[in-house]
Amino acid sequence: MDYFLAAGLAALRLIVNFDDQLWRIVITSLAVSLSAVLLAAIPGIALGVATALWRFPARAVVRHGLNALMAVPTVVVGLLLYGLLSRRGPFGEYGLLFTPTGMVLGQAVLVLPIIWNLVITAIESTDPRLALTCRLLGANLTQQAGLFVREARVAMLSAIVMAFGRAIGEVGVAMMLGGNIAGYTRIMTTAIALETSKGDFELALALGVLLLAVALLVNGALGLLGRTRR
Amino acid sequence: MKAFNTSNLPSRRRAIGRALALVVLTANALVASAQAEPRLRLATTTSTENSGLLAAIHPRFERAHGVHVDVIAVGSGRALELGHNGDVDVVLTHDPLAEQAFVAAGDGIERRAVMYNDFVIVGPAADPAAVATASDAAHAFAAIASRAQGFVSRGDKSGTHVKELALWQAAHVTPSSPWYFSTGQAMGAVLQMSNDKQAYTLTDRGTWIAYRNKLALKILHQGDGILNNPYHVILVNPQRHPHVQAALARAYADFLVSAAGQALIAAFKIDNEQLFMPNAVAQ
Repeated sequence: MDYFLAAGLAALRLIVNFDDQLWRIVITSLAVSLSAVLLAAIPGIALGVATALWRFPARAVVRHGLNALMAVPTVVVGLLLYGLLSRRGPFGEYGLLFTPTGMVLGQAVLVLPIIWNLVITAIESTDPRLALTCRLLGANLTQQAGLFVREARVAMLSAIVMAFGRAIGEVGVAMMLGGNIAGYTRIMTTAIALETSKGDFELALALGVLLLAVALLVNGALGLLGRTRR
Repeated sequence: MKAFNTSNLPSRRRAIGRALALVVLTANALVASAQAEPRLRLATTTSTENSGLLAAIHPRFERAHGVHVDVIAVGSGRALELGHNGDVDVVLTHDPLAEQAFVAAGDGIERRAVMYNDFVIVGPAADPAAVATASDAAHAFAAIASRAQGFVSRGDKSGTHVKELALWQAAHVTPSSPWYFSTGQAMGAVLQMSNDKQAYTLTDRGTWIAYRNKLALKILHQGDGILNNPYHVILVNPQRHPHVQAALARAYADFLVSAAGQALIAAFKIDNEQLFMPNAVAQ
């Protein structure tokens, strides 16, 4: 227990002293994960609304597929994108492997199914009379979509929060696509893995505490955003 | 109370929204600024990075050339594969046979000796397999196997792993569970695991010196010629991968083998002990 306490104190010292490296890692984590969620949110919401409102034949298949994709291991996404982004892969010419941009792409692919799927659920759990009212009042598709988005915005925001949670806490995509380069693509999770393997338990623990704090803060901020007026 | 709060909620929400947007923008600007500077990509073994050597010698090169060296620390096998794929500009590895094959296949050019150290067999001080009294490294490995003492392997095609496999072959042993742990981890992690399991392992001396204070293990066998561990720098062939930064990569390799680079390597010490011996041939 002494060991844990000493490590915890050393971790606090690192945080309080504003260790330069530490903050660079935290900022990179935030930048990558928030960008990835924003990038995935646009198509995710559009696809979610479309899938929820439009009854097309393969709809059940799409929903099952999305449910499965929500649980896809991060390393599998990392591996696939690694193959695509490597210089020998189809998108190699852009040189995105081992860059923050590559990590953003990977995490965006990772969270897209989450946003897409939860947005469908959000739209579907709106008051069933809404669809009826829309039809009775003769709203066109765009107007309908707008109304549903307004009505389901809180649930949709929690979809974004979920997506952020998955992105900020994952290590597989970041390690494979980022390469854990110090001062460039090193983020909190990959740094924790590295520092633990190097036996630097204090730094790893400090990063763990920060990861938790950042997750709480961002989720709290997003939660406040989503509070209804009532 | 609730009614009082509702009036300012939308503006507060806007403020939080703005704050979040600001965080994203600043963070991206910071990351982008890091991206704007030229970056040289080096794939190397975990021993050069985990020991702290590269952090000690890179600043001078980075200042002189206004460039960032991105270090991707993986096993030598993976480092060479990254070079083969053209995902890095230059490699610094310690697996002579694989390096020669890499150059022969046209993946790399200008392979040059940079430094060396040696491998050591470390294990619990009690030494239940009596490795310390073995006549050579191969016999030491045979002793570990015959007494079925725990051995933690890198298992990652790194230079250290390749050397370990060569030693098992020399000992005429096919290592197997339950005493053999193939982990796929970096050298530092393997040392930690050996410590926790009080098992034997093969490590390069540099990483050992960097980690030994955290470990209840000791060197039990060293000095055999088969345990020599040379490091070479190789440029990724720009004819095969036109996008690689050949000039910058060459400047980096030149720096490593230059008098200044060699002096920095020799000066890198932990607990007053030199980790790597520079051995570039003077040109």
